[in-house]
Amino acid sequence: MTRVEAPEKVTGTAKYAFEYPVPDAVYGYPVLAAIASGRLRAFDAAGALAMPGVLAVLGGVTTRPFGTKNFELALFTSDQATYRGQLVGVVVADTLENARAAAAAVRVGYEPEPHDVVLRADHPRLYRPEKINPALPTDTGYGDVAAALAAAAARVDVTYTTPVQHNNPMEPHAAIAAWDDAGALTIWDSTQGPSADRDTIAATLGLPPEQVRVISPHVGGGFGSKGTTRPHAIMAALAAREVGRPVKVALTRQQMFTLTGHRTPTIQRLELGATSDGKLTAVAHDVIEHTAVRTEFAEQTAACTRVMYGTPAMRTTHRLVRLNVPAPSWMRAPGETPGMYALESAMDELAVALGMDPVELRIGNDPAAEPDSGLPFSSRNLVACLREGAGRFGWAGRDPRPGVRRRGRWLAGTGVAASTYPARRRPSAATADALDGGYVVRIAAADIGTGARTALGKIAASVLDVAPARVRVELGDSALPAAPLAGGSMGTASWGSAVAAACEALLKDGSHGRADTAADVAEDSGFARHSFGAQFAEVLVDPLTGEVRVPRLLGVFAAGRIIDASLARSQFIGGMTMGLGMALMEATAVDASAGCFVGLDLAQYHIATCADVQDLDAFWIDEEDAHLWPGGGKGIGEIGITGTAAAIGNAVYHATGRRVRDLPITPAKLLRPE
Amino acid sequence: MRAFSYVRAGSPAEAVSQYRPGTAYLGGGTNLVDLMRLGVAAPDHVVDVTRAVDASISEGDDGELRVGAGVRNSDLANHPVVRERYPMLARAVLNGASGQIRNMATVGGNLLQRTRCPYFQDVTMPCNKRQPGSGCQATEPGAETGNMAILGHSPFCVATHPSDMAVALTALGARVRVAGPDGGRWVEMPGLHRLPDSRPDLDTVLTPGELITEVKLPPPPRGRSTYRKVRERASFAFALVSLAAVLDIGQDGRVRDCRLALGGVAHAPWRAHAAERVALSLPASRETFARAADEELRYARPLPGTEYKATLARNLIVSVLEELSR
Repeated sequence: MTRVEAPEKVTGTAKYAFEYPVPDAVYGYPVLAAIASGRLRAFDAAGALAMPGVLAVLGGVTTRPFGTKNFELALFTSDQATYRGQLVGVVVADTLENARAAAAAVRVGYEPEPHDVVLRADHPRLYRPEKINPALPTDTGYGDVAAALAAAAARVDVTYTTPVQHNNPMEPHAAIAAWDDAGALTIWDSTQGPSADRDTIAATLGLPPEQVRVISPHVGGGFGSKGTTRPHAIMAALAAREVGRPVKVALTRQQMFTLTGHRTPTIQRLELGATSDGKLTAVAHDVIEHTAVRTEFAEQTAACTRVMYGTPAMRTTHRLVRLNVPAPSWMRAPGETPGMYALESAMDELAVALGMDPVELRIGNDPAAEPDSGLPFSSRNLVACLREGAGRFGWAGRDPRPGVRRRGRWLAGTGVAASTYPARRRPSAATADALDGGYVVRIAAADIGTGARTALGKIAASVLDVAPARVRVELGDSALPAAPLAGGSMGTASWGSAVAAACEALLKDGSHGRADTAADVAEDSGFARHSFGAQFAEVLVDPLTGEVRVPRLLGVFAAGRIIDASLARSQFIGGMTMGLGMALMEATAVDASAGCFVGLDLAQYHIATCADVQDLDAFWIDEEDAHLWPGGGKGIGEIGITGTAAAIGNAVYHATGRRVRDLPITPAKLLRPE
Repeated sequence: MRAFSYVRAGSPAEAVSQYRPGTAYLGGGTNLVDLMRLGVAAPDHVVDVTRAVDASISEGDDGELRVGAGVRNSDLANHPVVRERYPMLARAVLNGASGQIRNMATVGGNLLQRTRCPYFQDVTMPCNKRQPGSGCQATEPGAETGNMAILGHSPFCVATHPSDMAVALTALGARVRVAGPDGGRWVEMPGLHRLPDSRPDLDTVLTPGELITEVKLPPPPRGRSTYRKVRERASFAFALVSLAAVLDIGQDGRVRDCRLALGGVAHAPWRAHAAERVALSLPASRETFARAADEELRYARPLPGTEYKATLARNLIVSVLEELSR
């Protein structure tokens, strides 16, 4: 279906957070820490306050009470600088230009301390977090991994590294904060979840939730970076309270690199053991990643390994080190994206070691039950995806020899990798009403460009048995029935469950229906629920220049029932495109000496362009799974990015014989002597 | 961005007469406006020269091609004479930026664009080019060096020139007409862009107030030519290394003329004179091209992290010359 808001978006009338014409608004501009570690010793705003149009300067250490322990949101409450680019002040002025100029005039005195921003496998301060995200055990294991590896006929022991990456949604993080005379706060925010954003903002400011309203009908992408409340929203609220006028804040692209989260870099050691006929006998996945000095974020990088392949012995571990970096956060398929890159690259290396076809190796190790938990799968169609993809791609008869196919100045190769992502849902409320001969569905969901509004209308229309055009969906407002955020590929299942139930209630009542799925969701147990997929890549590598191009990328996914084909295809190919970027170009440079990220714009942080995407296609296998929510979808926002980088890396190996185990696979790395 | 005055000049003389310290000439604005937003450039007087300089392309009786400095990059690349007689230049321009940016960017502005070194563009970092005497962050241990220079750099600056077009013009031996407070003059390419030595704040040999008004291309060289640009993504990225190459092979199979200019390796488009000299008169073979490339790259001094560029530049010279010799 065409997105229902498409006309507004293509004509530019859809309003994003910064664009609301709030009367009397002024502008806030942040002051950022210039050191990576140390103490703030002075915050001298006198010069800034004397500049044209400046209304107020907040910053340094105030004594303002806060309701939060979240270091990144507890603005201006600590003299501790823990990363370069930390928010230490805000200037409010009549224009953005005046606020910006005055921010540069704020004199911040520092007492710097030595900083450390480099992740290393032998870091002396590595520690074991109590749990990993979302609430999984840090380490798991069963069987005797060491003995199985020692006895294995074929063995792989390799280490992969992935860099810091940034979400970089098209719409910068922005907010307008306005207080009314009764002390209630309205925030137009760029958020993936108005209910959660409202709750966090209220808690941070020490307000009851009903005194805060978050409005966000259109959001220009998030990829996880708008899933948690970001400091710009708190900054806008504090500034607006200070000056008694609405305050608008839009982060610059550069500021987004330190204030809106990032994907942690990883160092992942994979040890695989197998029998000579390709049965896994041991799998070990040991992960090292970073987190921030004051905030722990433990990405679940090896969690995918607990799901993927059957083995009599397995170990997964996660270790963190606190560095002088902003807190890492969610970025499209956190955990599965870096984890599946490493696991699926190692599986390819095992296939090479065994002299086995990598598709057959995966099929031969498909487990009957979830290896780690022993739970039955609600449905699992990885094998079907691999077979369907192999057929569509023309995999049969592939010559496994690396580095032997010439196409002009290019070497050609193909690669395969599996994809996976959990299928979950969270409690949600929704209402449905008959109105003016049509229907209106209300839910505090978020449409971050995925087509959520369209999909929910379609779900409602199907229950009501009317044309989708007769249903209007209202979302993106915390005043609507509370809903979880657009994240974890849970949006459609969580919101759809509530919307469908509200529509059923409406059918019974005749005019109004209301639903809350908390009780239903609490019973979602007893099965391992995951989407699976298979991705096939063809690459060309110029051995003289190290350029890599991807003429073909094909994915087949099994993600339950597909609610809408065109919206789903867009999610799958969008994820795969982001995976292509991860494989070949996406990386945030880290300057060890200055203690910060470098190259903070889209001319330097490269994502895939249209020219990088050639023949890219996604297909799916319709799954009927009785153990899911009534709509039967498993979630499609993230699975497309998982496995892509491995498929491309494996194809680069097949093309060249060169195994680059450090993303992204750049000319510099391919030209480096082995 | 701080407040500035703005005037639109109608002629080169008027533009030059408007110049005073703190003035910036504005062409398409695709680089200057970005730098003003970043605080890297903070002119208090902006003179829009898009109507002051000629924006046409014309063929002279002497076989030369005259390109007004106000010609938009997209018009230059799509001009029938440029496409037919200087395909290397058309290709170089089309390899730069994006369609939208090429529609705005002018020839004069393209030549005078500033480096995209991340430290130059971040006003919180030391940078001798932006703020003389403040240091060079890119030479600190652990700094990001991936796209820094390997040739002709100095302890003061290791940045590279970002233009594709200028690399082709350097290979073609273009001349640049300049108007200034003291009259007009011609500047040869190579020769317009400087190496950094101790004054990386000076990108070119132009003196304050001088304005590029036109570029003149000599008659096209004999032989075949091309432009190849290497980057990790297929579009909209500055070169890791690029090469503009002309190769003319005589009846005897020997190199009669060879002109090479490298981009992405130095503070200026890098004319590979050493390689050209080696190749001249030798058989047009892979061995010759490799010898020529090795001679040029003998002088490379990569930083930690840019070693690959020496390999890449060498391979690119060999690969492109082989392609042109087929």
